[in-house]
Amino acid sequence: MPQGAQTMQTTLGAPSAASIFFFFVIVVVTLAITYWAAKRTKTSKEFYAAGRSVSALQNGLALSGDYMSAASFLGISGMVALKGYDGMIYATGWLVGWPALMFLIAEPLRNLGKFTFADVVAFRLQQTPVRIASAIGGILTVLTYTIAQMVGAGNLIKLMFGLPYLWAEIIVGVVMLAYVLFGGMIATTWVQIIKACLLLGGVTFILLLGLSQFNFNPADLYAKVAQTYGQKALEPGGLVTNPLEAVSLGLALMFGLLGLPHILMRFYTVPDAKAARKSVLYATGFIGYFYIIIPVVGFMSSVLVGRDLIAKIDAGGNMASPLLAEALGGTALLGFIAAVAFATILAVVAGLTLAGASAYSHDIYVSIVKKGHATEQEQVKAAKIATVVFGVFAVALGILFKGQNVAYMVGLTFSVAASANFPALLMSIIWRRFTTWGAVAAIIVGTFLSLGMIIISPTVWVDVFKNPTAIIPLRNPCVISMTASFVAGWLVSLMTPDTGAQEAFEGEKLRVYLGVGAE
Amino acid sequence: MEQAKVAGKGEVRAHKSVHEIIESPDFKKLVSTRWTVSIILLVLLFVTYYGYILLVGMNRASLAQKVGEYTTLGIPVGVAVIVIAFILTAYYIFWANKSYDPEVERLKGQLKP
Repeated sequence: MPQGAQTMQTTLGAPSAASIFFFFVIVVVTLAITYWAAKRTKTSKEFYAAGRSVSALQNGLALSGDYMSAASFLGISGMVALKGYDGMIYATGWLVGWPALMFLIAEPLRNLGKFTFADVVAFRLQQTPVRIASAIGGILTVLTYTIAQMVGAGNLIKLMFGLPYLWAEIIVGVVMLAYVLFGGMIATTWVQIIKACLLLGGVTFILLLGLSQFNFNPADLYAKVAQTYGQKALEPGGLVTNPLEAVSLGLALMFGLLGLPHILMRFYTVPDAKAARKSVLYATGFIGYFYIIIPVVGFMSSVLVGRDLIAKIDAGGNMASPLLAEALGGTALLGFIAAVAFATILAVVAGLTLAGASAYSHDIYVSIVKKGHATEQEQVKAAKIATVVFGVFAVALGILFKGQNVAYMVGLTFSVAASANFPALLMSIIWRRFTTWGAVAAIIVGTFLSLGMIIISPTVWVDVFKNPTAIIPLRNPCVISMTASFVAGWLVSLMTPDTGAQEAFEGEKLRVYLGVGAE
Repeated sequence: MEQAKVAGKGEVRAHKSVHEIIESPDFKKLVSTRWTVSIILLVLLFVTYYGYILLVGMNRASLAQKVGEYTTLGIPVGVAVIVIAFILTAYYIFWANKSYDPEVERLKGQLKP
């Protein structure tokens, strides 16, 4: 037991037979599913929305898969392992967006939309300006998230398999493009479902195996943690000191979810609003369970592996869970968990690519360039070209940002999403007097204010650009940029009254609340 | 769909236009109830989550109290935040299935085919 912890040897970083075996099994199975999905992906509705045939449970799993990224699996367990209780504060924040998504937009989104969230915002407004603005907000959100995922992927694969960074980026890019390009949303959904099951199953297995050493009593585990690292490890530390900062981060985590294009897109894959609602409940359950057990896994690795070794392998603690797997189940379990982490990244990047590609091909090409009169063939072709372009961009950005600390980019993405996309989305659903230019103002102000404020904040201005002091002290801009987006949308709408949009609100309401005419 | 027809029968024989439905007290009540439920649940979510965050930020000692031999109050409270968030979500589903959906079907049944 823990006695051996300090002297534990690890094979992490060297490609072991077990990790390569599990990695190939996962890739072969997911590619086989892609082949099967490809035969069912002919129309744009199948490509973007899996033919709206995904069940509530399947969508719940796929949503969980999209949301439970490697950053949360490895990052939070590592944070708990090294810093103790503070990691748990972080974990709770990642769940609270889901109830908010349910209460505010899940059903209207399903009833109003077709393929992208821009369909909802542009429903009764002028298509061209709103779709251009939405595509800008959507693509920038997806890109920042993609950079964080790709850089994380490269580092992770390097650490786990000993593969060079460049190769890791290219493998992720090629496999992920195969999923999206040939299997569209059907394949992407199934890859997410498999990944979610593997991740939940794998972490549960580690949890049970680890708890068996503590008589299945978490109190025994906490006792061991306190004996080893002191009572401080179980108390809140210095993570939250500035309440304004904490509230701003909380707002970003909560409402950022409501503006993430790759999450919103999943609501068009279910048959109706009732299924959309149920899928949020499933997702909340799976994700809630995940965030409850992840801190326990973190505490276990701090005593069974030891903080010294965790910090030696990776200063950020990201390897805490894989090391715990190795301590408990040897190379085989490590190989399995490494492969699951890899699948996690592949699946999330695939979802992001599909969302980024659809923002261009559906909102810009089909709706604006072709004025909505594209044939099915043209639509799918445009989507596939956009997918390849986005995939190449993702790999290029991953290589360009090599070596950068991109942990801040996940937080950044949530701030941008909460400021750029969410206010316009909510106002278009509930406010009769919302106008085209109000929507454009809300999106543009939210996007660029949040990005600009992040650049001059300590996170980027000091930590990345190495300036001595930041121009603004706030690390997370959400509380200001999201409010500004709402105010801009409100003021500009009042200045540009649009009777046509107000009249069309009746039809929109019928569709939002009764589902009449929903796709 | 089947249910809609059954619910629509007997109650209202004359079908209503879109405008009449939108302006009907029943529809207005449906919309206002939906948002009242949503806002109440959202406020409960805010109180739960920000209550926790502000407690961590302003009164750390309260969460450092021991509830077991070593276990601190912060651990069950953190888990409770997640569980409450799930319960609020589940309550919304329960309410929507029980009250919202039947009313939607009834109103849809009144709509001119």
